Amino acid sequence: MSKSFRPDVDAPEWKGGHSPYDIIKEGTIALVVVGLLTIILATLFGSPDDHEITLKNWANATPVDFATTAINEMNGTTTTAGYGAPYNTASDGQKLGPLTLAKWAGVRIPVNTERDFVIRPLESLPYNAQLSSALTTWKSASSSQRTTWVNNYTKADAKLAYTNGQVVSTATDAGPVPVFINDLTNMARSGALDTALVSGGNFFSTDYTKPLLFLSDGSYLADLAQKQHLLGSQWGMMNETNSYPGQAWLWLYTFWYQVSPFSTSANADVQVWATMMLLSVIMFLVPVIPGLRALPRKLKVYRLIWREHYRK
Amino acid sequence: MSTDIDHQWTTRLRRKVAGKLPPEKLLPDTQPSYVSSWIYVFGVTTMSALAVVIGTGFLLSLRGPQWWHESSVGHFVNSLHLWSVEIFFFAMVVHLWGKFFMGAWRGGRTATWMTGVVTFLASIATAFTGYASQSNFDSQWITTQAKDGINSTGAGAFFNVLNLGQMLMWHIVLLPLAAVILTALHVLLVRIKGVVPPYADKAGEAL
Repeated sequence: MSKSFRPDVDAPEWKGGHSPYDIIKEGTIALVVVGLLTIILATLFGSPDDHEITLKNWANATPVDFATTAINEMNGTTTTAGYGAPYNTASDGQKLGPLTLAKWAGVRIPVNTERDFVIRPLESLPYNAQLSSALTTWKSASSSQRTTWVNNYTKADAKLAYTNGQVVSTATDAGPVPVFINDLTNMARSGALDTALVSGGNFFSTDYTKPLLFLSDGSYLADLAQKQHLLGSQWGMMNETNSYPGQAWLWLYTFWYQVSPFSTSANADVQVWATMMLLSVIMFLVPVIPGLRALPRKLKVYRLIWREHYRK
Repeated sequence: MSTDIDHQWTTRLRRKVAGKLPPEKLLPDTQPSYVSSWIYVFGVTTMSALAVVIGTGFLLSLRGPQWWHESSVGHFVNSLHLWSVEIFFFAMVVHLWGKFFMGAWRGGRTATWMTGVVTFLASIATAFTGYASQSNFDSQWITTQAKDGINSTGAGAFFNVLNLGQMLMWHIVLLPLAAVILTALHVLLVRIKGVVPPYADKAGEAL
């Protein structure tokens, strides 16, 4: 027996026999079996394809929720408006202990919710005397005046209604804001806001960052997701619509969100990511971590795997 | 006496490769008799599923990303793609656990284990970008949720999951290329080093 032999690092020399092995035949059979199994599963179960949600859908289904979200984009209280990096500097973002990783990476995808989600889309509309005047008033107003108007409108947003094709607000001294919210809501209901947010003035675009951020700031998308059991508290990251298995391999990642301290942490995302990164590194380094690399030898599951060998 | 030909890069590379991976190792026709368990099926099953995933991905790419939403044939191809991915991950996870319980890194096989782990992680990223590229309700929800995790690490500044074009390109070009190269490397290491032998009842004794 060699004194230097390390059972969890070194492998014993094989002096036993060999069996015939047709690697090409094995691979061909496996490919055929997997191919047939795939066809059977696809035929039996298909795949989900629930239609995408548009801003048009949202504004038509729940115009008040849309209008409320729009004013919140202006007063800076939506998730996106207060997000921080990579969209803006409204907050430091999540922290991993003292580390503000997102802030360090910087604002690389700038989003000003008032400008990008409200004012610029309204500017892209065909000429309308009332809206044009409202935009002129807005641009010539001071920052504090704008804030006062938006705040006055916000105070009355609990009583917002959508009646006869108009957003009705009880707000007073809100300057041009009622026109903005009404016209933006009707712009969204027509479908024009979807186009305006995607294109950003370009003919071609494959970047849906802005409409998705706006959509996720409202409650309509989340309400639909809840009905499909897709919320984070419902193990949503790994699920798909209907009863499809989804990304089941993300179970451990999703698991952490369900348990304390992550489930109640304001920094849950970065903490869960750090945990998963650490676990991934540990998995990568299993062969060089004493104790961990000894586990399979001590657990003896290998005796089940190689039971024929040990029986001999 | 060495000649100029012996010092050529090509000659030296060919000899090195042939030394490490002679044809009988690359395409063996025998294997040690301990290689006799159902657990060994999951490695080749993973490889086969990867081939089906890539094949169905090629089919999906023929008519572009909208095709599967508009055509029943396209939708069926998407279903094939989805279920081959599910089989791929199922087989891969069983393969990974099997290799853990075998201590498959023993005997100079550390790099084999490590390339397998990285392939697993790259595959997760590849699948995620696929889910993000579906351009339907699922992808809207998944991306708007996933952005918070990725943004919180700082990576979201460069890897924007809400950018459909970026996700689709990563899904069909960059990540599959990485997954295939890593898989090839992993399989070559398996062929070079062979399948790990069982644990000896007494440390150091030959089997």
